[in-house]
Amino acid sequence: MATSTAKVSNEQLKAQKSPSGVNIIWRELVRDKLALFSLIFLILISVFVYGVAIFLDQEEIVRVDLFEIHKPPSEDFWLGTDYGGRDVFGQLIIGTRNSLSIGFLVTLMSGIIGIVFGLVSGYYGGHIDNILMRILDFFLVLPFMMIIIVFVAIVPEYSIMTFSLIMTAFLWMGIARLIRSKVLQEKELDYVQASKTLGSSNLKIMFTQVLPNISSLVIVTMTLGLAANIGLESGLSFLGFGFPESTPSLGTLLSYARNPQTLEYRWWIWVPASVLILLLMLAVNNVGQALKRATDARQRRG
Amino acid sequence: MWKFTVRRLLIMIPQIILLSIIIFVLAKMMPGDALSGLIDPNIDPERIEELRHMHGFYDPWHKQYADWVGGLMQGDLGKSFRFKMDVTELIGQRVVNSFWLSLATLIFTYLLAIPLGILSGRYNDSLLDQTITTYTYIGFATPLFIFALVMLWVFGFMVGWFPTSGSVTPGLEPGTFEYVLSKINHLILPSLSMALIATVNTVQYLRNDIVDTKQKDFILTARAKGAPESRVYNRHILRNSLLPIAAFFGFEITSLIGGSIFIENIFGYPGMGQLFLESILLRDFSVVTAVTLLFGIAAIVGALLSDIILSLVDPRIRIK
Repeated sequence: MATSTAKVSNEQLKAQKSPSGVNIIWRELVRDKLALFSLIFLILISVFVYGVAIFLDQEEIVRVDLFEIHKPPSEDFWLGTDYGGRDVFGQLIIGTRNSLSIGFLVTLMSGIIGIVFGLVSGYYGGHIDNILMRILDFFLVLPFMMIIIVFVAIVPEYSIMTFSLIMTAFLWMGIARLIRSKVLQEKELDYVQASKTLGSSNLKIMFTQVLPNISSLVIVTMTLGLAANIGLESGLSFLGFGFPESTPSLGTLLSYARNPQTLEYRWWIWVPASVLILLLMLAVNNVGQALKRATDARQRRG
Repeated sequence: MWKFTVRRLLIMIPQIILLSIIIFVLAKMMPGDALSGLIDPNIDPERIEELRHMHGFYDPWHKQYADWVGGLMQGDLGKSFRFKMDVTELIGQRVVNSFWLSLATLIFTYLLAIPLGILSGRYNDSLLDQTITTYTYIGFATPLFIFALVMLWVFGFMVGWFPTSGSVTPGLEPGTFEYVLSKINHLILPSLSMALIATVNTVQYLRNDIVDTKQKDFILTARAKGAPESRVYNRHILRNSLLPIAAFFGFEITSLIGGSIFIENIFGYPGMGQLFLESILLRDFSVVTAVTLLFGIAAIVGALLSDIILSLVDPRIRIK
C-alpha cells in the first residue's frame, strides 16, 4: 500500500517537472521519423563496419594482385576490383570504418579545444576575451584547406594521428566562437552569480556549472561538426593529402575517379563510396538538425 | 563610418604579417629544396651546394624572411624550378583563368540564390518551399567534390554536352569569337557545379530572413496602409533581407578558394588551385608559397570587404 502511493506521488512529481534536456532530445528524435531513421541507419552502419572489419585483414585487402586488375563486380568480388586488383567491397568496409574513426577523433579533439577556448574567452571576458578573439579571427580567415594540404605534404612522420592533429589544428574555431557567445549570455545568469557569492572557484563554475548548462549546444555543434569532418577527410584523401592508399578510406576510393578512364567506365570503384559518403553525411546532418530543433523550443516538433 | 573602416584596415596589417610568417615557416619546413630535384649524375654535387649558397639557403632565417618580404614588395615571388620562369609570370597566366571561374561561380550562385530564396520565403510551407528546402538540405550535406565528380560523369562523359578538361579548346586564335565561346563553354560545368552547392547557405539564409521579416510590425503597417503585395515585397521585405546577403559576399571568397582546389582538380581547369596542387606534389615550393600567400591575402581582403559592407548596411556594428 505504502509503496504504491509513493509511486503515484512520484509520478505526479514527474509530471509537474519540466522535461530534462535528454528527454527533450529523445522526444524530438522520436517525433522526427527521418532523424530517427537516420540514427538507426548510422548505428547499423557503424556496428556493421566495425564488426565486419574485425574479420577482414587490411593487409590482405590492400595487397596488389596483378591478375585481377579492374574486374567488374562478380561473385568473387562483390564490387569489383581497382587498378591494383584489390577488392573494392573490402576497401569500402575498412574505408568506412577508417573515415568514421577519424571523423570521431577529429570532432572530439577539436571539440575539446573549442570548448575550453570558448569557455575561457566567454567567461572571463574583457582583455582575455579580446586577445583570444583576435587570435580566433585570424585563424578563421586563413585558407585552412590549403594550409592543411601544405602541412600534410611536409610532415616528416606522417600517420593517422598526425593527420588528425593537423585537421584539428584548423577546425576548432567554429565551435569556440559558438561556445563563447553562449557563455557570454550564460555568465550573466543568477546561478553563476550565486555560485560566485558562495565562493566557488572560476574553474569549478566554468566546467561543472556553465558547461552542463550549455551541453545541448555542444552536442548539436559536435554532431554537425562530425558530418563536416567526415566530408573534409574524404575530400583531402580524394586529393591525395589524406589517408595513403595502404589505409583505405572513403576518400581514397573516390580518388581513383580522378583517372578519367575510371570515372567513365569503372563506376563500381567510386560510385558505392560516393553514395555511402552522401548517405552518412545526410544521416548525421538529419540527426544534428533534429538535435538543433530540440534545443530551440520555438522550432520543436514534439 | 570612416573610423570603423580605418580601424578595420589597421587590424588587417598584423593579420597579413602573421600570415606571411606562417607561410614562410611552412616553406622552410618543406623537406628538401627545389634544387634536390636537380641531383643527377651529370651535375656535380658541389655545383648544387654552390647554387644553394647563391640562392641564400644557408642565410639566417630572419635575413631569408627579410629578403623574401623585400622581394614580395617589388612583385618578385621567386622562380619556379619546374617551369623555369618567374612565379609572378606563371601566376599571371593562371590567375586570369581563376578569376573567370570565380566570377562565373559567383554569378551562378546569386542567380540561383536570390530567386530561390525569395520564392521559398514568400510562399513558405508550400510545396514549392518544401522542394527548395529539401534541395538546400541535400546540398548542405553533399561534399562539393562528389557532386562535381557526378556532374562531370553525367554531363561531361555520359551526355557529352560539355568538355571534360582544360579552359579552352587548343588551337583556337585568342580574340576570335570561337575562342571566347570555347572559354565560356569550358567554364559552365565547373562553375555551375560549384554554384549549385555554394548557393544553399544563401538560399536558406534569405528564406529564413524573409519569413522572419514577413511577421514584423512594419510589414503589417505597410499592408494596412493598402500597399500592394508586390510593393510590400520589393520595397519593404527585400530591402531588409537582401542587404545582409550582399555583406556575405566577402566571405564567399574564402569558400571559393577552398572549392576551386577541388573543382580545378576534377575538371582539369588550369587555374591557381590546380597550380597549387601540382606544385606541392613536385615540391616547387616557391610557387606553393606564393599561391598560398595570395589566397590568404584574398581571404583577408574578402573578410574586410564583408565587414565594411555590413557596417554600411547595419549601423549597430559600427558602435563597438
